[in-house]
Parts: sequence; structure tokens; C-alpha cells
Amino acid sequence: MIIEPRPSVSILRAGLAPVWAILFAMALCAVLIAWAGGSVLTAYGLLFKGAFGSAFAINETLTRSIPLIFTGLAASIAFRAKFYNIGAEGQLYAGALAATFFGTGLVTLPPFLMIPFLVIMGALAGGLLLLVPVLLKTKLKVDEVVTTLLLNFIVLLVVGYLIEGPWKDPMSLGWPQAASIIDEGVLPPLLAKGRLHAGLILALAMAVLMWVMIRFTVQGYEIRAVGNNAKAAEFSGIKVNRTVIMTAMISGGLAGMAGVSETAGLKGYLTLDLSPGFGYTGIAVAMLAQLNPLAVVPAAIFLSAVYVGSDAMSRAINIPTYIADVLVGVSVLAVLCSVMFSQYKVRLRA
Amino acid sequence: MSDLIDILLTAGFWAATIRIVSPLIFGTLGELICERAGVLNLGIEGIMTVGAMSGWMWVYQGGDLWGGVLFAAGMGALFGLLHAIFTVHLGLSQHVTGIGITLFASSLSYFVFRMLLPSATTPPKIVPFQSLSIPRLSDLPWLGEALFSQSALTYLAILCVPAVWYVLFRTPVGLAVRMAGENPVAVEAQGINVLAVRTGAVMVGSAFMAVGGAFITMSWFDAFYFGMINGRGWICVALVIFASWQPGRALLGALLFAGLEALQVRAQQSAGAFIPYQFFLMLPYVMSILAMIFMAHKTKYPQALLVPFRRGERV
Repeated sequence: MIIEPRPSVSILRAGLAPVWAILFAMALCAVLIAWAGGSVLTAYGLLFKGAFGSAFAINETLTRSIPLIFTGLAASIAFRAKFYNIGAEGQLYAGALAATFFGTGLVTLPPFLMIPFLVIMGALAGGLLLLVPVLLKTKLKVDEVVTTLLLNFIVLLVVGYLIEGPWKDPMSLGWPQAASIIDEGVLPPLLAKGRLHAGLILALAMAVLMWVMIRFTVQGYEIRAVGNNAKAAEFSGIKVNRTVIMTAMISGGLAGMAGVSETAGLKGYLTLDLSPGFGYTGIAVAMLAQLNPLAVVPAAIFLSAVYVGSDAMSRAINIPTYIADVLVGVSVLAVLCSVMFSQYKVRLRA
Repeated sequence: MSDLIDILLTAGFWAATIRIVSPLIFGTLGELICERAGVLNLGIEGIMTVGAMSGWMWVYQGGDLWGGVLFAAGMGALFGLLHAIFTVHLGLSQHVTGIGITLFASSLSYFVFRMLLPSATTPPKIVPFQSLSIPRLSDLPWLGEALFSQSALTYLAILCVPAVWYVLFRTPVGLAVRMAGENPVAVEAQGINVLAVRTGAVMVGSAFMAVGGAFITMSWFDAFYFGMINGRGWICVALVIFASWQPGRALLGALLFAGLEALQVRAQQSAGAFIPYQFFLMLPYVMSILAMIFMAHKTKYPQALLVPFRRGERV
């Protein structure tokens, strides 16, 4: 088998790569649905209707896409520099912890100051958490994948301790949850009905900001250069370690914002089920978006639709909801493949 | 302090340590084999889940225990093959592929489990491996209980350590595997197919990982729960670094971690009143990070780890 680069890759071919991946993932899940005894067309019809079939469904899909945009951006930026931050889940909770610490009465400001304050604190917390793995990587060459993954477990246990212990809301009737974010800090709803909140605007603004940064600024150029070839970047005078640390701070900060947005926008208070794996799904979002910050938005909405829609589908025809996670996992693998085939030709014989 | 010594003197503590160490040994050896051949396998967490589910399910559907272990190993090897196709043959990112395999393998396990047992609210149980009594040794006072009251799968795990060491360091196959991870061009120059060696190593390593998962549902416990692997796979990846890619040191590291886990369960009972249980549960994860920091300046990574090999391409 011989793999050789294509002389040029058309925009169409590159743009279609994630589409092929999604189609492949859907085909594979169709096999599972058929095995579960469901009709594939009915199942995907129900999934689509559950995600986009009514104003309520669209509202829910967009709401669920907010944390995925943040974690998808977090992964995109980090992976650009080949810094594999798999700890967005932990950084999300770090952001939520910061929002809870500052937002439940410790500080009271008018809303136009309080909300940005909480967002900044959450981003700082997410970035600070990632500081440990990135310093270990740059100073001691400790693989960041394992440290960021292990920190996810540690942070979840810290959250569990805090909301069962010192931060437990006495008004929660025994449920392990923290006190509610004060009214000044709550992200306002965007529509009269439904759960959609101002976190969406922040998420979209971050997507644009990250796109501009990667595309048009020196820092963005350095991140891309380090990711493409760290040695060459070093020779051309880029401070590789500094760039990786900066990238990590941005990535952790974005994931931290997801935590603020979920706590202060959606739930109103911190619980242990704040995130059903948004950090990990963010990796799939980033891969489907081919690490392009603007493409993160449709990719996040798509995967959010898969989750919201499959909830509806499994209620109607008894197919385990894990089908959505299977689709996410397969699409990560499939998109790796399809992007490669868009850039390389594979010949079976010389 | 005297409490601690009391715990360390009980045979039950040592028996628990040796029981808990088995999945860590299988997982760490599996990851070690993959990495020795030059392939980081972050699918480990998912592959352990596959092993835990498939081995258990085999027995639950009426198969026998050893059949279940073999089935789990086969499923693990299959996911290993998938990992190898992506990372070895197509040369794709080992990090992202591994995470993808973990997401895919664990969600598929959960899906299949729910599919076959749709309405099980209390997890159904199987009759797991029983402790194997060894004539004479198991009857020894204290030592019998501490060391020789384990299931056959645990003895197998411990026997695998010298076996893997022997194959890696004393046979031509092992030499080829290690060289594929150090200097693939030299291997190819010997007329050995690097891609085949790496594929084989990843499949065998993944089979080990899956058996580690199967141990949890078929010997340690008797049921399959969601989230059962709970980061054990990642701890194994850290243990490989801690062990500097040496099977013997992997056993030592795994024993240290298992001892810590057995200790924390017991310490929770005596110190649980003033130290919240979450901090005990945190210990293995914190220790894994500390272990990697501690070993950072001493580790000798396989030189070709993470580097894809393409025939005819100069490095």
C-alpha cells in the first residue's frame, strides 16, 4: 500500500471530508439500529424530528450546543499546536467551581459587571487547571494526555466533596448541589420560551474571536507553526514552549467558560451531572470541524442535535441512548480517515 | 500510625492488594507491549470496557469462564487491529485515534449491554472465578490467606509478567518488537515487516488490556456496571512510564498502586470520620501524576514511539 500526497486539495474535497465521515458513522449506527429491531428510516426520522421538529426542539438543540462550542473550541485551539488537551471536562468543572465560588454571594455587582466577572473567573480557573499539565509537558516532557485525563477524575472528586460538604446548599433538601448563582450573575434567557440563554452569544463571539486569532494574528501564526513542525518553528525563532503554554491557557479558559455558561446560564447551580461528557464530545466537535474555529459552530450544533434527537428517538422506539455516543466515537475515527483521504491518495500497488 | 501497621499486618490487606493488582498488571503489560513496538494505545480505557462487558456477557449467556476470557481477549485484539490500521498502516495521529477508540469502544459496550439486557435495573450477576486453592500453600497460616487465596486469573496475571519479559527480551520476536519501537528502518533492513510487527504487538497488547477489563467483571466482581473501568486504563498508561517500559518494574508499580487502593478502602473505615472519602478516592489519580513527575527525568522513551513508519521514506 502506498500513500502519497495529492498535488492539490480542492476546497470541495476538503469540505466534504467531514460529511463523508458523518455519513459513514450514520451508516454504522444504522446497522446497530437494525440489530436493535428498529426501522432505520423511522429511527433517523425521529432523531431529526426530536432535534429540529419544533421550535422547542430547535431551542433545546441550540441550548445543548453551547457547551459543545466552548469545548470544541478548546480542543481546536490546543490540537492546532499539537497540545492534546483531553481535560476539557475537568476544566469545565473548574470554571463551574469558580462561578459558584464568586457567584453565590461572595461578590455582588450589577449584572453588566457581574456576568463578565464570572466569565473571566471561570476562564482563569480553567486555564489555571491546565497550567499543571502544560508546565509538566514543557518543563519535564510529561505526556499531557494522561495528566489532563487524570485531572478530570480529580476535579470531579473535588466537586463531589464540595457540594456534599462545605458548599452544600442547605435549602437543597438533601440533594448534593451548591447554592444558586445570585440573580445578578445569571445569564439572561434569549427567548421568552425555552432554556436558550446568553451563553450562546458568548460562545459565538469566542468562535469568531478564535478564528480571527488563528487566521490573522502573530500568536495564531505561531500556534499553527508549532503544530505543523515544532523544530522548524524553534529554528525560525518562535518560542515554542511559551507558545504551547499560551495555547493551553486559551484552551483551558474556553473550557472553563463552558462551565460558567452551564452553571450561570442553564442550571443555575452546580451539581455533579452538570456535564454528561461535554469535554470529551468537544474533541469530536473539533475533529469534525477540522480544527477550524468557525466550523466548530455547525459541528457542535450537529452533535448536539444527535444527542437531543437520540433522546427523543430512544423514548419512542426503545433504542438505547448510547447510540448517540457510538455515533460520536465513530465520527472521530471516521473523520481522521476521511480528512486523510482528502489530502492523500492511497494506491494499493506501486 | 499504629492503625496503619495493624492494617499492613492483616492477611486480608495483602489478599486484597493482590486481587486488585491483576487488572492493572494486564492493562500495564498490554500498554507496554504496544509502546515497545512504537505505538501509544490510548484506546486502553475503552478496550478494558469492551473486555469487561464481552467476557461477562459470554458467561451470562451460558458460556464458561475461560471461554469468556478468550472471547474478551479476541474482542480486545479486534479493537487493537482497528487501532493498528489507523496508526500503523495509515499513519494517523496516535493520540486522536486512541481517544476515538476509547469513545467508540466504551459507548459500543454500553449500547450492546443495554441492548441485550434492556430492563435490568439491578445488574444481573454471574458466578465468577472462585479462589483456587493450591495444595499445601493455601493451608499455610497467614501466608495462605495473604498470597494463595486468589482466583486462577490473578495467578495468570502474575505469571504473565515473567512471560512477557522473556518474550520481549529473550526471543527474536521480542527483539523485532522492541526494534520496531526504537529503529524501524533497521528492522526493515533485516527483511522484517515493521508494519506487521507493530500490528501484531498492538493486537496482543490490546488483548491483554481486554483481559484486564474482564478480570474486573469476572473475578473481582460478578456484574457489569456503567463507568466500571473508571480511569484504570489511564492509570496503566502512567504506570508504563513509571516502569520505564520494563515488565518487572511494571509489576512493582502496579503492586504499589493496588496496595494504596487496598489501604485507602481500609483507612476510610478508620479515618473516614475526619477525612472525606473523596480524598481517598483521589489518591490513585494523584499518585499517577506524581509517579510521572518523579520518573520524568529518568525515562527512556522508545525512540520511535508516536512516529509512524512509511516504507522507503527516509527519516
